Amino acid sequence: MDTILSLQDVGKIYQSGNRSLTVLDNVNFSIDTGSTVSIVGPSGSGKTTLLGLCAGLDRASSGIVELHGTKLNGLSEDQLAAVRNQYIGFIFQNFQLMPTLTALENVMVPLELRGEKNVKPRALDLLDKVGLAERSHHYPTQLSGGEQQRVSLARAFSNRPKILFADEPTGNLDAETSEKVVKLLFELNREAGTTLVVVTHDLDLAAKTQRIIRVKGGKIISDAPSSVQNQ
Amino acid sequence: MNQEGLNFSWLLQMAWRDSRKNRSRLLLFISSIVLGIAALVAIYSLGDNLRQNIDNQAATLIGADLALSGNKAVEGKVKTMVDSLGTERSEERSFASMVLFTKSGGNRLAQVKALQGNYPYYGELETIPVQAGKDFRNKKEALVDQTLMLQYEAKVGDSIKVGEVTFAIAGILQKAPGQTGLTSTVAPSVYIPMQYLDETGLMQKGSRVAYRYYIKYAPKTDVEALTKVLEPRFEDADLDYKTVQSQKEDTGRSFQDLTRFLALVGFVALLLGCIGVASAIHIYIREKLSSIAILRCLGVKAYQAVLIYLIQIVGIGILGSILGAILGTAIQQFLPIVIKDFLPFELTTDISWLSIGQGLAIGTLISILFSLPPLLSIRKVSPLNVLRATSNDSKPERDPVTWLLYGLIILFIFGFSFLQMRTWVEALVFTAGILASFIVLYLTALLLMWLTRRFFPTSWSYLWRQGLANLFRPNNQTAILIVSIGLGTSLICTLFFTQTILLTRVNLSTSGNQPNIVLFDIQPGQKEEVLALAKSQNVPVNQSVSIVNMRLEEVNGKTAADFKQDTTDKQSGRIFGREYRVTFQDSLTKSEKLVEGKWEGVYKNNGSLIPISMEQGFAKRSGLALGDTMTFNVQGTMMQTYVSSMREVNWGEVQTNFLVVFPTGVLEEAPQFHVMLTHVPNPAASAKFQQAIVQQFPNISIIDLALVLKVLDDIFNKIGFVIRFMAGFSILTGLIVLIASVMISKYQRLQESVLLRTLGASRKQIFTITALEYFFLGALAAFTGILLAFAGSWALAKFSFEAEFKPDFLPVAALFFFVSILTVIIGLINSRGILSQPPLEVLRQDT
Repeated sequence: MDTILSLQDVGKIYQSGNRSLTVLDNVNFSIDTGSTVSIVGPSGSGKTTLLGLCAGLDRASSGIVELHGTKLNGLSEDQLAAVRNQYIGFIFQNFQLMPTLTALENVMVPLELRGEKNVKPRALDLLDKVGLAERSHHYPTQLSGGEQQRVSLARAFSNRPKILFADEPTGNLDAETSEKVVKLLFELNREAGTTLVVVTHDLDLAAKTQRIIRVKGGKIISDAPSSVQNQ
Repeated sequence: MNQEGLNFSWLLQMAWRDSRKNRSRLLLFISSIVLGIAALVAIYSLGDNLRQNIDNQAATLIGADLALSGNKAVEGKVKTMVDSLGTERSEERSFASMVLFTKSGGNRLAQVKALQGNYPYYGELETIPVQAGKDFRNKKEALVDQTLMLQYEAKVGDSIKVGEVTFAIAGILQKAPGQTGLTSTVAPSVYIPMQYLDETGLMQKGSRVAYRYYIKYAPKTDVEALTKVLEPRFEDADLDYKTVQSQKEDTGRSFQDLTRFLALVGFVALLLGCIGVASAIHIYIREKLSSIAILRCLGVKAYQAVLIYLIQIVGIGILGSILGAILGTAIQQFLPIVIKDFLPFELTTDISWLSIGQGLAIGTLISILFSLPPLLSIRKVSPLNVLRATSNDSKPERDPVTWLLYGLIILFIFGFSFLQMRTWVEALVFTAGILASFIVLYLTALLLMWLTRRFFPTSWSYLWRQGLANLFRPNNQTAILIVSIGLGTSLICTLFFTQTILLTRVNLSTSGNQPNIVLFDIQPGQKEEVLALAKSQNVPVNQSVSIVNMRLEEVNGKTAADFKQDTTDKQSGRIFGREYRVTFQDSLTKSEKLVEGKWEGVYKNNGSLIPISMEQGFAKRSGLALGDTMTFNVQGTMMQTYVSSMREVNWGEVQTNFLVVFPTGVLEEAPQFHVMLTHVPNPAASAKFQQAIVQQFPNISIIDLALVLKVLDDIFNKIGFVIRFMAGFSILTGLIVLIASVMISKYQRLQESVLLRTLGASRKQIFTITALEYFFLGALAAFTGILLAFAGSWALAKFSFEAEFKPDFLPVAALFFFVSILTVIIGLINSRGILSQPPLEVLRQDT
């Protein structure tokens, strides 16, 4: 199977005055196309930093991050932006919808950024899939947390990403809503054949992915299929 | 993917979408520039209309095709030349003289104009009744300026005595060519027919008379070309000339200066608004950081993100400019009312599309220029912000592009002021002055904030501490508000101080035992009689001096013509054009001080050069130095003199002072007149004394300083009104910036107030904290502005007016409280939404 994401000897050090703080140290792994992976670990373990590096939101201090055959290290901010728009979808704990855009417009943005025409039917179709066709003209503030996360799901899949990064997608939701959102996430993922990387505290959610990478103190302490880890 | 093809229309669409929920706020930011643009469009339109009106009415400003003027009657060859000009000619002799209203017994110094011929050929002497302007010339009748008629409650048909002749008042003079409301206040005119001039007995040797000749040419004559040919002959005859074209240029130039000055005042208001815009956009962008990070995360490039917000600013900037242009065009309709007293012609107001275009261009340019520095920070927004909002909090490095923009802004201010002033030096001084004022206010604001923080009153109650602490909270608007409100307050306050300084100065001069009546044109034979009359009425004569009129012929052996040819000479050729009124005395007066050379009070008449004394400032301006020789022409007799001393003269004293002083023993026999200064204790005694003088000595002119003071006060009020009107734009802009800033910070303090309410704070407590914060803000701003005004006015008083600066504290205190309270009121009105919203609703609200 092809590799979509690989990290070789990746480190991240934050400089604060004269002091330096190592957040990630010598991280190595690769993810196969179409697989589902979760990154778990306690608070401050470096998992969000790891997600940022994988998704081209931040730059590694050392090592190589390669996404869909493109080495991210040497790219400019604008080149990284293009990579994100072309290959990546995002889901965030706090939804990160543009407050000034309607649900429909939020879903349309990634497509419009690609210069695609007639994007409205696809966006509406996605909103329909997440059960929000009726609320397409509502602003984020007029939607509940679960609804906002469903819009964000629709947006994440709108540009047919090769890989989807989800940062604590259920962190701000109650158990019942979380269940619905997770179900939707995996359904859409299966349908689209997208690679899914989830960063989470929620071990139940992690168990739904094929593989679990555990991070602690900026290092990978285990990396195994979820079936093995669950045993 | 076709991201390169991400077209402009998508950016437009995004800008439109993103602005949807913030449009009213954006408009509020831009409203800060609306008034500035309105002021500029109004003033540009005024300038445009003035230009057009001057073009259309130039001929009526002068009343003829050519006007010649000199200070002696033309004779011989010159007269033949003048008589040969044009197809029709008129002559006017004008001089200052007392006129007596026989019915009321009132008398006043007026500008008497004896007229012969059909002048004016263009326009007319506008009178009530209309025919009077033409008919009075053939009868023993006079036209009297309306201000005089009103002052002495005279009616058409009453009599007026000019010198020895009594004229019937044929009509009320409302307007004459080239006359303004202001000139008629200062020197109201009385027209009489020329044939009765000699009978008045006012034309005596030494009388100061202006001779004017008005010439009409056949239509289509090229008067400009003709006068070019005649120019040397006019110069030889000491005649000045004006044509319709030169009058047009002169008038245009003086009003260009006025509109340029007003445009600069308007520009200050605009700059103030721009700083408001920059600060508002700065906060706006901070609030948009998460949206920008999301966009960046989704693949929007840095420059595209900048463009999305720039498009919003440009759009709203254009809208603001359109609003400003509409408002300016409306204001322009009222400006003629404000300045009509300064205009020698009827001003009509048309919509000036050129000015509107200029306003739109400047408004758009300025909103882009001033919003770019905060907008450019968008480039630095990391997409990582969607994961961690703190990742951008490290201290931002200085962006060279931002410095470049600051440079461009300064260049823009300089460019704009250069366009108004047309000289590099003045534009530089203006730009530096503007920057210095802003910097001083800004630094004062920072200092006050630092002091508040440093000496924070920890023992005060919580509400007071919270209100005060809000002044230096993150994202505070303290500095910008202190700059804008402070500048407005400072402008108003300085204006008030300056007016007080000047009026106090004039008032002082006329109080106590200072002279308050000046008698001049006293002929040598009348001197003793006038002294006797004064004595009989118990009027003390403070000073009596002789005055001899003379003209300058040569300086160091060079004539005016020589100076004209030698442009490199440091001496000014202009010293030749004027008439010198000179006195002679053997010692210095109490208002004079010898600063250079040797004072020689008596001339020994031994054939050597006559030692004269020059006033220091005049000598400096004219490039004259000790030892320079000067030849004066005294009614045909040449006087060879040299500069033996320089005097410093205190012009503030009410007494006669002179640029040139001769020693005794030279001019005693020359044609001369006398000036006397007296002090009359009260208006009744003043009226009695003046009446006696006018009746016994009709040729003697009287200046009543009480009247002068009244006229000055009137002029100050008129000029003050124009300046206050323009300063009003700055104040109003300051208020709008205040409203805008309060609106912006409302969103910031929303969360804080909600938290306080969640923790159990009452509405009253939150209200008190807010009120106190705005009071501190308004008070600091007003205090800073007043402080600046104090410094400026003190400097003006000391260095420019050389007067004592004694500010009146009561109005200043009133201004301080007015500005502070107004700030509190605006702050509270805008914050009332915070108080009335339930916490839950606010928690759900987006920012």
